[in-house]
Amino acid sequence: MRDQKHSYLSRSVDQLKPSGIRRFFDLASQMENVISLGVGEPDFVTPWNVIEASFHSLEQGYTAYTANAGLFELREEISKYLNKSYEVAYNPENQVIVTVGASQAIDIALRAIINPGEEVIVVEPGFVSYAPAVALAGGTPVTIQATAENAFNIQPYQIEAAITPNTKAIILCSPNNPTGAVLSKDELSGIASVIEKHDLLVISDEIYAELTYDEVFTSFASIKGMIDRTILISGFSKAFAMTGWRLGYAAGPKDIIAAMTKIHQYTIMCAPTMAQHGALEALRHGNDSVIQMKTSYRQRRNFVVKALNEMGLSCHSPGGAFYVFPSVENTGLSSEEFAEQLLHEERVAVVPGNVFGKSGEGHIRCSYATSLKQLDEAMKRMARFVERRL
Amino acid sequence: MELLQLIEKNGRLEVEDLAKMLDLSVDATKQMIVKLETEGAILGYATVINWSKVLKYEGVTAMIDVKVTPTRGVGFDKVAERIYRFPEVKAVYLMSGAYDLSVSVEGKTMMEISRFVSEKLSALDTVISTTTHFVLKKYKHDGVIFDDQDDDDKRIMVSP
Ligand SMILES: Cc1ncc(COP(=O)(O)O)c(C=O)c1O
Repeated sequence: MRDQKHSYLSRSVDQLKPSGIRRFFDLASQMENVISLGVGEPDFVTPWNVIEASFHSLEQGYTAYTANAGLFELREEISKYLNKSYEVAYNPENQVIVTVGASQAIDIALRAIINPGEEVIVVEPGFVSYAPAVALAGGTPVTIQATAENAFNIQPYQIEAAITPNTKAIILCSPNNPTGAVLSKDELSGIASVIEKHDLLVISDEIYAELTYDEVFTSFASIKGMIDRTILISGFSKAFAMTGWRLGYAAGPKDIIAAMTKIHQYTIMCAPTMAQHGALEALRHGNDSVIQMKTSYRQRRNFVVKALNEMGLSCHSPGGAFYVFPSVENTGLSSEEFAEQLLHEERVAVVPGNVFGKSGEGHIRCSYATSLKQLDEAMKRMARFVERRL
Repeated sequence: MELLQLIEKNGRLEVEDLAKMLDLSVDATKQMIVKLETEGAILGYATVINWSKVLKYEGVTAMIDVKVTPTRGVGFDKVAERIYRFPEVKAVYLMSGAYDLSVSVEGKTMMEISRFVSEKLSALDTVISTTTHFVLKKYKHDGVIFDDQDDDDKRIMVSP
């Protein structure tokens, strides 16, 4: 082995900070009897009809590669689904690609568009993978801060202030992880004017689109003039409770999808075949299950928001995803102190807001994708903890 | 509707918790429940029991297909009533297809059920024929899966 100075590691990887989530995972995993509100995935098991369809495909012998961009039938269903749900038109022949989770879609979208040194604007608090994915693609992530005063919705002027001649794109995520914030159609239109004016691209991570509780979801691609500037990213993990299947997709302008498919072809070949068959069933006959899960999430959101406010943590009711992002400032603790002490004293795992970016400090992310029984117990434990601090 | 769906799954949810989930006041939720009870939409609060887990409990369930002659004027309702009044009868449905009434009966022993069929059910004038099926094992009842369910959380503790 070489010594530190001559590490074999790539500099860009070496310079990546390890995720703060990882640290909490290690802490929480060592303890017994922990109720975890730290999980970024549904508590439901994938709907049975989807599992069954995937079994069936295996029995039928569908165990080979599919087309690089994914089963044509599936791309067709995705295109119909996007059109029906969000009024955006994509040609399944050349504007849709099936990926290994939304995660891979984000990765290849960035790699398809970034030249060395180009900047991509990343909104914080946000999903922890964006900035590292930009850096790994050779770009420079430029972070901007959504704030609690604006209910964690980024303002067009904030985007404009971060734009330089090197800016290539911005990553938007609505409904948002970790804040649950949903950008309304008006807010999206405001952002669209900035995008148009500065000739930028938008990577719109809409993986939580189905999980909106108060308003109808608006896709960024459906805003006038934006379909040619948007790479729409989504997938099956959240709404269909299929995180472990590793299946997502991207839809966008032909040339960008072609470039993404090129990367995909050389590095992955195709998304898992049995998962693609499951996803086909999910799109064709999964709507009832999605609605049932969504109803349950909405009820739990209402429950958790009330419980948090009652115990003295200020928490507005977020419009989507399955996270709430209450402020813990009045306890006098930082996010990390709060999360760590709560874990030790009451065995409830939450994620400190600062791991999602600077403006997440003073907040914690609680996922309500957990049974009501567990949530009820977690809220009781948290109330005891907060009472001792106030 | 949503309230009913919630308490159909779990009849023991506290009113306070229900109110929070439905974003209603506690009083409004209470009133809604009383109203549904008075209207007869909520008929009772039952417990789902897996009797095979209860030591010393011996019980038998049978589903009986019954063909009957409907009575003039009141159709099947009168016959059904003659049958559902028996306390050992747990459910009676009017069916489309090969037979008319589906009757579910619970007893302590097979003997007890066969006595019910021969002495009570078949003895009714309007009953033309019966076919009795004994239940060997219950896998799922009223939406609840019976067998040792492994409902462990299989997710990792903290994830992005
Ligand atoms: C905002 C956001 N985007 C993307 C992903 C990744 O999803 P997938 O499982 O499809 O890779 C997640 C998962 O946590 C997420 O929260």
